[in-house]
Amino acid sequence: MVSADVLTIAVSKGRIFKDALPLLARAGITPSDDPETSRKLILETNQPDVRLVIIRAADVPTFVEYGAADVGIAGKDVLMEYDSDGLYEPLDLKIAQCKLMTAGFAGKAASRGRLRVATKYVETTRRYFARQGRQVDIIKLYGSMELAPLVGLADVIVDLVDTGNTLRANGLVPLETIAEISSRLIVNKASMKIKHERIKALIDGISAAVAAKQEGKGV
Amino acid sequence: MLNEKRWLLPEGVEELLPDQSRLVEKLRRRLLDLFDAWGYELVITPLMEYIESLLLGRGDDLDLQTFKLIDQLNGRLMGVRADITPQVARIDAHHLQNEGPSRLCYVGSVLHTRPDGFAQTRQPIQVGAELYGYPGLEGDIEVIHLMVETLSRAGIGDVFVDLGHVGIFRAMARCAGLSDQDEATLFDAMQRKARPDVEQLLEAARVPAPWQDHFFCLVDLNGDKEVLAIAKKRLAPLDADIAKAVADLEQVLMALNARLPNLTVHFDLAELRGYHYKTGLVFAAFVAGHGQEVARGGRYDNIGAAYGRARPATGFSTDLMTLLRLAQAEPRRKLAILAPAGDDVDLMQRVAQLRHSGERVISALPNQSGSPVELGCDRQLVRIKEQWEIKPL
Repeated sequence: MVSADVLTIAVSKGRIFKDALPLLARAGITPSDDPETSRKLILETNQPDVRLVIIRAADVPTFVEYGAADVGIAGKDVLMEYDSDGLYEPLDLKIAQCKLMTAGFAGKAASRGRLRVATKYVETTRRYFARQGRQVDIIKLYGSMELAPLVGLADVIVDLVDTGNTLRANGLVPLETIAEISSRLIVNKASMKIKHERIKALIDGISAAVAAKQEGKGV
Repeated sequence: MLNEKRWLLPEGVEELLPDQSRLVEKLRRRLLDLFDAWGYELVITPLMEYIESLLLGRGDDLDLQTFKLIDQLNGRLMGVRADITPQVARIDAHHLQNEGPSRLCYVGSVLHTRPDGFAQTRQPIQVGAELYGYPGLEGDIEVIHLMVETLSRAGIGDVFVDLGHVGIFRAMARCAGLSDQDEATLFDAMQRKARPDVEQLLEAARVPAPWQDHFFCLVDLNGDKEVLAIAKKRLAPLDADIAKAVADLEQVLMALNARLPNLTVHFDLAELRGYHYKTGLVFAAFVAGHGQEVARGGRYDNIGAAYGRARPATGFSTDLMTLLRLAQAEPRRKLAILAPAGDDVDLMQRVAQLRHSGERVISALPNQSGSPVELGCDRQLVRIKEQWEIKPL
């Protein structure tokens, strides 16, 4: 359980961590270790009462909802799939931007029966097709989604698309955009109230950093 | 071979062993005594009833959380209670014919179809108190006070109370001319304080620019009493209902400060828990180190109408098991006196007298195995000169 004095921030390794570092730095938080080289799961920071926990991206909302971390950084894809109103997501960090899309073979006629969709975003995919009035068969995969249409496991896939290179390399094309994805700052509901001042300051700090970065881009 | 199907319980369902059961029962009695002292009468509601009355006036969430079964007597659909509050509201509206206020309380197991909360339980023990028939703020204040008192009686200190008012968002949605659909999606985004989503939705719903700003203002209105000052300045002038809601919150803060000077009060005007049936002030209690609400409540004035009589209503509820876990009470076994086996008349009388006085007396069984200490005995009855006397073991 989170101590009353320490502020715990949950982040996943990889792109989100790398892109979040400059934002955290502008808010005055610098981790003392690099998670890519360190095996530590809890990283101390330059601030004695702020620490980072390094977890899998899909686990970030769980940690934050139940208060194992006060704050977290999670992709909108993960949040859509988690689909809970048990946490706050006050800030779009505008990092790790990409699209959640359907993809498949170009120009292939729609299959006559139910569409078979391979994805790791089961709930999001079901909601997306249901909203279009279509019932689909969903095949849950944990990775290498692009393979599914190639080997006849599925007609289309639903996955994150950044440059589209992986799709193209496998003879697939992006089809429809389901959502624009970027990372969000999420906050535990109780922490937002009990540690209000510190979290508000953190949100304001990071918010200013995001705005500054966007302005820099604009120029 | 041990077959796990024979002992493994369903997910989110637990059984309590003696140490824990004792704590639960003690806490249950303590809380019922507290409610009794405040004039709240205990009611016992049915474990299951027809789904129409169980879900009346409540949203889809409760429907999903309710286990359903078919009444074999008439084929109608029944539900196992997932929330006791609507049942108590029915008792007040339909069965009690009080014109004035009535104060009711309850405690009992409820079942949820999906595990929820930190404990991932499907069988919380819901305990709560409801005040019907009084529309004024003094009713809300009494209930919040009782909620704090309940936590303190359970041994939980350092409570934060979070106050909100659903009337503010409701009035703003009305003034901004939102359709029901837009109001529902905006409500969802507000509840998550998802400012980026709020922006997107307002844009898509073509909400006029000034009202967009008002909603942005609302989504950030959380913090200490300064929040009320901002709301008073920026939102109150927009509509009489909003002004009233803000004034109500101020009054409740003053009353709570006077009654409970050590209580930390936090405001969150975008907090809309129970929005679909709540009508006024909403509140929740938080405790440092626990990532979720510990107790919650609010005003729901219209619920009784469906049961035949519209009555103002406010109340709170919490989960006994959550309280127990937060209080971290040490299970202490009541130490017993061992009485020897046999049918000696004097012995029987002495045992009966001790039991009557509140002692726990365990009669030894002939040739039993195990030591008296394992049974929880620290004393024994010994015959000394025709008298049965208590001696240490």
